Formats: sequence, C-alpha cells, structure tokens
Amino acid sequence: MKNLKIKVELVLVVLAVVSVVVGCKRKPQPPLTYIPGVSKPITNEVAGFGKEGTTGIETDKTIAIPIPLPTTNEVATPLADRDLIEGMIPDRDTFKLNIIYFDFDRSSIRTSERSKLDAIAKVLKSKTETKIQIEGHCDERGTEEYNRTLGERRALAAREYLIRSGINADRIFTISYGEDKPADPGHNEEAWAKNRRDEFILLLPK
Amino acid sequence: MKMNRTKYWASLILAVNLCFSLLGQTEQPKIVIQKWVDPSKEIPISISGFTGEVYATLKFDLEVMGCKVVSSEQASYSVEGSNNGNVQGRLFIAQTKNQLLGKAYSGGTLRDQTHAFADDIIFALTAVKGIAQTKIAFKVDFGSTSEIFISDYDGFNPIQVTRDNSIASAPSWVSGKMMLVYNSYKSGFPDIYSHELNTGIRKVIAQYSGSNISPAVSPDGKRVAMILSKAGSPNLYVANIDGTGLQRLTTTKEGESCPCWSPDGNTICFTSRASGSTALYTISSTGGQMKRLQTIGAINGTEPDWSPDGKMIAFTAQMGGFQICIVPDEGGEAQILTAGADPSWAPNSRTIIFTRNTVRGTRSLSLLDVYTKRVKDCNRMKASCSQPVWAK
Repeated sequence: MKNLKIKVELVLVVLAVVSVVVGCKRKPQPPLTYIPGVSKPITNEVAGFGKEGTTGIETDKTIAIPIPLPTTNEVATPLADRDLIEGMIPDRDTFKLNIIYFDFDRSSIRTSERSKLDAIAKVLKSKTETKIQIEGHCDERGTEEYNRTLGERRALAAREYLIRSGINADRIFTISYGEDKPADPGHNEEAWAKNRRDEFILLLPK
Repeated sequence: MKMNRTKYWASLILAVNLCFSLLGQTEQPKIVIQKWVDPSKEIPISISGFTGEVYATLKFDLEVMGCKVVSSEQASYSVEGSNNGNVQGRLFIAQTKNQLLGKAYSGGTLRDQTHAFADDIIFALTAVKGIAQTKIAFKVDFGSTSEIFISDYDGFNPIQVTRDNSIASAPSWVSGKMMLVYNSYKSGFPDIYSHELNTGIRKVIAQYSGSNISPAVSPDGKRVAMILSKAGSPNLYVANIDGTGLQRLTTTKEGESCPCWSPDGNTICFTSRASGSTALYTISSTGGQMKRLQTIGAINGTEPDWSPDGKMIAFTAQMGGFQICIVPDEGGEAQILTAGADPSWAPNSRTIIFTRNTVRGTRSLSLLDVYTKRVKDCNRMKASCSQPVWAK
C-alpha cells in the first residue's frame, strides 16, 4: 500500500518533470519585444519585476503588442482582507532601519536591499502574532497618479519577496503614497534617492 | 413749437446718419471673417468702456478663448459697454460698426455677468459655446496633507471640498452634476469616494485591500474606471458609480495607471508598463484586448484625457521634464504643446487646464489654448495646486 503510494507519487513527479521539459521545448521563439516577468525565467531576482536596469526606455515603433495572459505560476497572490488588521497597533520603530530604496522608475528589489528584507522576514517568522504593512513611496519625477501606481508596485515587490521568504500572504498589507510623503523635501538626486523607498510598519495585536 | 423743431432736426440727423451708414456699408469691401479659416490665428478685438475687475476679467476670458485684445485700430471686432452697476455691452465688426451682439446683464456678481458676456461674445464670433462660466476641481497641497478644491475656471472663488487633514487626490467630475469622485486616505488607506457637493453626502465606491486610486467617472456619470491592487498588482477596473458591478479589465503584473474615458463611454485610455516601458493604451470599457496607442515623437505617456469632441487625446510625456502633448484618438504623430503635466480638456475641446512647475517643487494651474498655444496662469492659491479637472 505504502509502496503503491510512493510509486504513484513518483509517477506524478516524473510526469510533472516531463511536462515541464516538453513545455520548454514547445516554447515559441522569444518575442522581439522583451516583456518583463512573462518571457523571463525566474532567476536570482524577485519574479516578475524585471532585472535592474534591463527595462529601459524603448522606442515607440511598436503599435499593437499582444498582452500575454499570465500563466498559472505568475498569477499574483491576491491581497488579504483589510479587516484582518483592524485595531492592530502600528509600530514604526522596529523596522526603522530596514527602509529599502529603489532605482528611478523601478520597482525591482535591489540586491543591496535584500538583507534588510531577510531581516524583516526573520522577525515576522519569530513573532507569528504580528502582521506587516508596507508603504511604497516615489520621488517627484513621475506624474502624480503614475507614481501612485509605482508606489504600490514597490510595496507589492517587497510583499512578493516576503511571500517567497515564507511569510504567509495574509500577514502582509500594502499601501501606496505615491510622491505625497517624501522623506526628504529637497529637489535634487540626493533627496530623490531617499524618497524612492518602502517603509515597513510592524502591526502588533491589540 | 420748439419741441417740434428739435424733433425735426433730430430725425433729420438720424435719417442722414442712416443714409451714410447704409452708403458706407454698400461701399465697403466684403469683410472676410477669419473664424473658420484658421483657428490658430488669434482674433484681434478691442475693448472700451469697461473698468477695473470687469475689464480685466473680460480681457482674460476673451484671450483664453482665442482672442487677442488690441487697440481699436488693429481690431477686427470691438467690444463697447459699461459696468456701472451692471455689465452691459455690444459687439461690433470694427470696420463697419455692424452690431453682432447687444446685451445687459443682471443678477450674480459683476464677475458672473462679465463671464456671461464673454461667453456670448465668443458664441457670436465662433458659434462655439464659451467656457467662461465653467468650474474646475483640483488638488491643493498643504505639505503633509492635501485637499480637494473647486473654483471658477479662472481660479477665482475657490471652495474647499474636503477637510479631512489627510491626503485627497485625483478629483473627477460627475458630468452635469455638482458631484465629485476622488481618492482619499482618510480611513488610513487610499479609498475612492463620491461626494455630492450640495449636500456633502459622501459614499464609498471602492475600499478594497491595497490601494484604490485614480478614479475617472464615465461621461454619462454611471460608471467609474479606477486602479485597484487587490488582486496583487495595480490593474484597471470598472464599476458602477455606487461601487457595485466591479469588473477587472487588465491583468498585467507591471501595472496600470491614469484611466480616462472616450466621450462615447466605449473606450478607456490609460497608462501601462505592460511592454516594459511606460506608454498609453486603450481598451474597451466592457473588457477585451488592450491596444497600444501610438504617440510618435513623445514617450513615457501618462495622464491621458480625451477631448469632449472625441478627436484628440491630451497627455503628459516625460522627456527630461514633463510636456503637454496631443495625439489623434486613433494614435499617430504626437504634438508637443508646452511644458507641464496633467492636462484636462475644457468642454470646448480647445482649451486645456494643466499643472505647471513654477519654482521647483511648487505647482500651479495654467490654461492653454491648443490652437494658439497661448498659456495663461490661473492660480489664485498660495499653496501648491495640481491635478486640475474641468467640469463638463
């Protein structure tokens, strides 16, 4: 009986591997226009958010680009119900030194910022009763509502990293402030670099 | 006897005058009115008889709507009148003294009467409804908080709409109603509300997990397009104005922003990074395939706004600073009009209100005449203002 179960599992694994291999072979030629997060395999970066610096400005030659529907493993995890953090006490101090910074107009996690996220994941793992809110922010160089989306993408990128680090998705909440809450009110690269960030608020139970 | 003689002379003079003016008219060369020939040419017009605020308002209104106030010698048309107690005035063809318009106004303030007169002048000259009596809504930044305001189109008579000491942004008018839809963080999260201005009644349209941002009301006032991140990526959704019937239109991981509607309500134009770079796209408002909107000569398009006549889409390009651009609604060659961001069309499909960076970090509102490319500031607030939207 036990043997049979193992055999069945083995067959399933083999089938899965074969289907992956077949799947790879059947893959069409790479499209001419690079679409981050769709045609790119998951390497040592956070999936779906492109490698730093590879998604530069493209020329406007392409008119109609078919938008590939996300395949199963790329469907984003829906956000947990906001009611779950109702009444929780925000603690802005614990992760004060874990603010992560982003490149201009990018939402991918820089290699240099990963250790800060790893530290956050460690705390969350040890304090299972807590939750976390991620606030995404931008510098002033994008348009306002574009930045509000960009801030959300930055918060979601950190969320994705934490989920991959083993934190349950229903413990992570996101919010975007766009460019409305700069850390530094200056109008130079030094200020902008400080403003392109995610802040992490630990949520403690009542 | 004496009276009779006066009357006799008066009628004689009148008769003679009439003869002269009739003679004058028949002998004049045919007047070519430029109004349909080249709208990019300013209409030279002279103003006399008005003073102070009435004069300044009339000049501002006429210049925003494509006129240029000049001396009576240079003018093709002349406006004459007075503002003693109320506004009254006439519009003439300068050369012939033919009267095109003669009206007196009562009620409201002198500003209101002047705006009404300006609109009547523009309608007489171009057969297009004027915009001097329209309203705008915008965001005012107070540092750590921002609130929504409305005002006359020229920035006068500002009224504060929100008082939440929170962040409020992205106002959108419900067409034909004194009602706004906007984004507010008053609950601690960015949610979308509708707000009846006369009653103050506010209703939640969207307060899902994550960010509920960038609402845009459909031209018929029945639906709202918006960006929600509840599914794990910031995508385009449409719902009824009361928040029911939510439908997801896009599923890209890279995310969407800045939706706006075509005047027939069939199409939504928005920004996406689906191709890896920031660009404009369109999609059917009931769902379907998203299509790239070609904007030759302009990149990083955001903040699209569809002209009420359906012909053009104005947007912000980002090419080392922000530029206001227009492109035909089916895409093509983009035309760069001026430096600035977040354009919103007036009901006349000719004037655009937009945000200008005056000093670094301070934003103010300006009006742009698309045909003549003339820009006029209309900021009356000391605080930084942005995200203007024109009531239609």
